[in-house]
Amino acid sequence: MVKTLFDKVWDAHIVAPETSETPAVLYIDTHLIHEVTSPQAFAMLRERGLTLRCPEKTFATMDHSTPTSKPDDKGEYHFNGEREKRQVEQLKTNCETFGIQLFELGDSRQGIVHVVGPEQGITQPGKTIVCGDSHTSTHGAFGALAFGIGTSEVGYTFATQCIPQRKPKTMGIRVDGELSEWVSAKDLILAIIVKIGIGGATGHVIEYFGEGIRALNMDERMTVCNMSIEAGARAGMIAPDKKTFDYLEGRPYVPKGAAWQKAIDDWSQLYTDKNATYDQLVVINAADIRPMITYGTNPEMAIPISQTIPAHSPQHALDYMGFEVNQDLIGLPVDVVFIGSCTNSRITDLRAAAKVFAQKQVAEGVRVLVVPGSHQVKQQAEMEGLDQIFIQSGAQWREPGCSMCLGMNGDIIQPGEICVSTSNRNFEGRQGKGGRTLLASPQTAAYAAVEGKVVDPSAVMKKHTQEVA
Amino acid sequence: MKAVRHIKGTAAVLAVDNIDTDQIIPAEHLKITDKKGLGKHLFSNWRYLADGSNNQDFVLNQAKTQASKILIAGDNFGCGSSREHAPWALVDFGIQVVISTSIADIFRNNSIKNGLLPILVDKDSHNYLLEQNSREICIDIESQKILCKDREFRFDLEPFTRFCFLNGMDQLDFLMSHSEKITQFESRQVRYAS
Repeated sequence: MVKTLFDKVWDAHIVAPETSETPAVLYIDTHLIHEVTSPQAFAMLRERGLTLRCPEKTFATMDHSTPTSKPDDKGEYHFNGEREKRQVEQLKTNCETFGIQLFELGDSRQGIVHVVGPEQGITQPGKTIVCGDSHTSTHGAFGALAFGIGTSEVGYTFATQCIPQRKPKTMGIRVDGELSEWVSAKDLILAIIVKIGIGGATGHVIEYFGEGIRALNMDERMTVCNMSIEAGARAGMIAPDKKTFDYLEGRPYVPKGAAWQKAIDDWSQLYTDKNATYDQLVVINAADIRPMITYGTNPEMAIPISQTIPAHSPQHALDYMGFEVNQDLIGLPVDVVFIGSCTNSRITDLRAAAKVFAQKQVAEGVRVLVVPGSHQVKQQAEMEGLDQIFIQSGAQWREPGCSMCLGMNGDIIQPGEICVSTSNRNFEGRQGKGGRTLLASPQTAAYAAVEGKVVDPSAVMKKHTQEVA
Repeated sequence: MKAVRHIKGTAAVLAVDNIDTDQIIPAEHLKITDKKGLGKHLFSNWRYLADGSNNQDFVLNQAKTQASKILIAGDNFGCGSSREHAPWALVDFGIQVVISTSIADIFRNNSIKNGLLPILVDKDSHNYLLEQNSREICIDIESQKILCKDREFRFDLEPFTRFCFLNGMDQLDFLMSHSEKITQFESRQVRYAS
């Protein structure tokens, strides 16, 4: 029987098949947890007198409520408030009690859960991975079936290493051709979300494939899979290939020696069989994609930067943003630029941003936060001197965490402020009550920082190319 | 979870599409380690004005609908973040049913574990229901019907969800009943020695 990539991973994890009366019991290989969505699940274990079934399959990090300022001379972290501190302390206590590997503050492996999993090699092809965080779809870039769950299911996974699931439908997204050099993976996924809509993939697992996907590096593939949830998808997946294996080889949690070869042999079978079909197929021409930016209050409300706000835009969103139909965003003054989040805080994102910042100053009055996704990313960036480029241009070089993506740690924007952000959600108030978010790529965000306004990177880069020629 | 067959109550209409869980419960209210007291923060950015007073234009602040049990919302309700704080806040406020044409997967999964019934209806029924703000509505879970004035709308309900509501069944008990099979599965799963 021919199978899709998703079918193969799904079928290999069925403890009990679904029936008309009951969902499937799906086995979970890896459970990632953080401080915000786990405390009530640990409480449930305690209330019901249950044990954690597989501590060795559970990994914890601290990211949402953590400060992005450095610890003081005594090594103390200064939290935004007592409640944030309590969440972090409680995670530490819970991990000690239940024997869970924790990458805590100060640990060189700490960072955003969706950055840490892959870079530690915990994320692997063919695995089922869950986390109490919707951007768990990120890990699908490795050919894993990875999705976000709520706290009840965090508790179920603690207790049984399983969750109840109806088999989702599949959506194939084929990307023909390759992206232009001034277009990034972020622009691609924003264009995809515009095409299928914010609820367009509800009930579906997306598989991204085709030449345009093969050409992406692992960081870029993670950016694409990360935002699958912004189209409502249960998960996003990409079949593993040599780039996947090269990325993973030698990382702490991957198999070693003969087992590595065996793993690669197995993982190489994880692709959609010829003649297998998806419930829906969407085709994207990569050459058509331009640098994108959002103008509204969800990621579907995005346009190529060179275009104006479309006529069909919901009025309540325009009212919130203070924008009008047919308005041009190019030249719009910005107050804040945020480069970070599980979407765009990896080393290649920082390199792309640094290239724009080099030899330039942040425009007057613009506050710029550059927040690496993890300590590993931070170290790598510092080794390459990227931190100095950011600092010398006037940007803030912070400690790893989710930071201004959702502002739980106090990194927020003020009411009315415009923030060009490399994060994933431009929902009302997401980055701070009354704040206005424009989602874009690291390059576009970096240009906004140095110009002090929205610019189209493709226009700048084309101009630069002509001047050089 | 309590067994429930009927839910009868006042409907509140919030005719906005794509209401995300950041609106249902903003991130500043996720800094808790229990589930209590989230009802007062439900839709807080819409429900309260900058000075903290009630926004009287918001449906859940209006006399006829402030004790609603049934929320009729625009398309694609509950999209975005996986925070289970969203159904916790709705339930703590007193909402027991959410009706829309589509409901985001994670929010729907979270809701049914907290006794919040997500109901999907077709476009025509939805259009009718969007006009029924402050009306008394009855949901019959067993027959899968919405009764509103003299109208009746049948809705689909995933059989396991229906069973859990009608019998007060906890989904964890369902999973725990498979513990032998889980052990068998683990013993035959491929492992790569490292």
